[in-house]
Amino acid sequence: MADSKQPVTLGGDAPVIEPGYTFGTVTDKISSIVLTRPTSNGWFLGFGVAFLLTMMMLFAIGYLFARGVGIWGITIPIGWGFAIVNFVWWIGIGHAGTLISAILLLLRQSWRNSINRFAEAMTLFAVSAAGIFPLIHVGRPWLAYWLFPYPNTMNYWPQFRSPLVWDVFAVSTYATISLLFWFIGLVPDLATLRDRSTNRAAQIIYGMLALGWRGSARHWHRYETAYLLLAGLATPLVLSVHTVVSFDFAVAIVPGWHTTIFPPYFVAGAIYSGFAMVLMLAIPIRKFYGLEDFITERHLQNSAKVMLATGLIVAYGYGIEAFMGWYSGNRYDGFTLWNRLHGPYAPCYYALLACNIFIPQLLWIRKLRTSPVALFLISGVILVGMWLERFIIVVVSLHRDFLTSSWGMYYPTRWDWMTYIGTIGMFLAAMFLFVRILPMISIFEMRTLLPEAEVKE
Amino acid sequence: MKRTPIYGIMAEFDSATYLVEAAHRTHEAGYSKIDAYSPFPVEGLAEAMGFHKNAVPLVVLIGGLLGGLSAYALQYWISVVSYPVNVGGKPYHSWPAFIIVTFEMTILFGGIFAVFGMLALNGLPMPYHPVFNVPRFALATKDRFFLIVFSTDPKYSASETRRFLESLGPRSISEVPS
Repeated sequence: MADSKQPVTLGGDAPVIEPGYTFGTVTDKISSIVLTRPTSNGWFLGFGVAFLLTMMMLFAIGYLFARGVGIWGITIPIGWGFAIVNFVWWIGIGHAGTLISAILLLLRQSWRNSINRFAEAMTLFAVSAAGIFPLIHVGRPWLAYWLFPYPNTMNYWPQFRSPLVWDVFAVSTYATISLLFWFIGLVPDLATLRDRSTNRAAQIIYGMLALGWRGSARHWHRYETAYLLLAGLATPLVLSVHTVVSFDFAVAIVPGWHTTIFPPYFVAGAIYSGFAMVLMLAIPIRKFYGLEDFITERHLQNSAKVMLATGLIVAYGYGIEAFMGWYSGNRYDGFTLWNRLHGPYAPCYYALLACNIFIPQLLWIRKLRTSPVALFLISGVILVGMWLERFIIVVVSLHRDFLTSSWGMYYPTRWDWMTYIGTIGMFLAAMFLFVRILPMISIFEMRTLLPEAEVKE
Repeated sequence: MKRTPIYGIMAEFDSATYLVEAAHRTHEAGYSKIDAYSPFPVEGLAEAMGFHKNAVPLVVLIGGLLGGLSAYALQYWISVVSYPVNVGGKPYHSWPAFIIVTFEMTILFGGIFAVFGMLALNGLPMPYHPVFNVPRFALATKDRFFLIVFSTDPKYSASETRRFLESLGPRSISEVPS
């Protein structure tokens, strides 16, 4: 009933929504950010910077298309370089969005309802950023469609025993399902925006996107079934995507790649970096848009706990890698370990240990888990650490393999950096647009969390 | 049949509890062509109207099977029949290697069928619908709950039905022009 004022606490300490909200006020608060709130100067500044970085990325890619991959630092024996490091990093970041929207839905973790929408948007933009890299890395990007099996006059087909072909299917399926999941979750909220907006153009645009949603009970019934099944499909999918990405390495025989720990350790690392990115986005967003009542301390704490747990799995992965380097008795594996600790890229490895293992242990302290500033900084450290992890896996393993005569060094060029930083700009520009034109919190799922949503017998 | 200019009679309620109760009583009273509208999925509402099962799971199953089987068949045909390549002495039909793409295509087709199947079964997209003619219906996506009895219902009668809906204690009642 509307008069019940009990706060929504579902176990734990801080509530998922601060008490005192009704269907009407929740709707107004979230939809007004899009419909009535004037666009702030801060938004224009942030979007402007992100847009300029996007332009820098396009410039770097344009020059790449004119000159070829020789403008990058890649060289034999390090043929993969930044493109693959960044691809794996971005795909990993996307994983937290699917974890929050699908896996936590199946586990009935209702606190997910206030962060799933923008986490899904984050997934979508992260996968878009990731998808750029393999495409521009293939050397002749205008022939990238050769990766797909299609009848052609060359009588040629892809090689289905190759992990690189598996990767094409895994990542394109992941991008498609993430887009569908996000869009279908938006439909009822687009209908809310359609009915709430006073501007004719907005009514038409939101109205078309809402597909004529009218909240019929039969529609909701099918909608909920489809949403649940989609979550059930997305759950094994998200676990499979980083597994398949890890196969790109683990199926090869390069020392440092050829290990069975890779799939679980890649998935844990993906969720680790993804939650760090969720926090780095959620903390400023809740501050600037005054959404502390919806994205509460509880969300920050829970995300911090997920990071702590997945961080420890990642630490276990590093431990097993080091242990197997010694225990296997394989001199090449042993050398890989020695090379990480004492080789020319050793500072990267020590920075990795600091960023991914030691500094995140601060999250055991409750005071830091509930402090937005501390969480923001630790999340930034974790994102750097996870990037370094991929750098070490790709570059440090490749640069010194079996034969000393084929050893080499990798130095990224300014074009590598411009492309990488440019994709961060593109990702942020897309996030800025998203929070401005779409409801960043799922309005209808927030309504279901209110005490008045409960049907009394 | 004579076409009535009225699409149905709509009652507005304050809470999900009232709506479920009203839907249940309307269904009990023998009305079959009814629908209820709410701003979020209300537990037990569709069941109160006598709508228990939907075809979405079947559609998803068909989609998933279609995706998985065709992906495996495609890989088999390519690797064994059309373009056999000896890779490190592995058999042409190296089924463990084919599982991954089979799995991904099962998910992809299952997901696409779930979304588009659900939309098709719901008759969406449908930008125009008579219920949108009721001005207060804009609140159905905010904080109000609506119940409609369609004029195609065999038990429908402009005055009877209206009186019945009034007995359910609604906040307001309106006729929906078709």
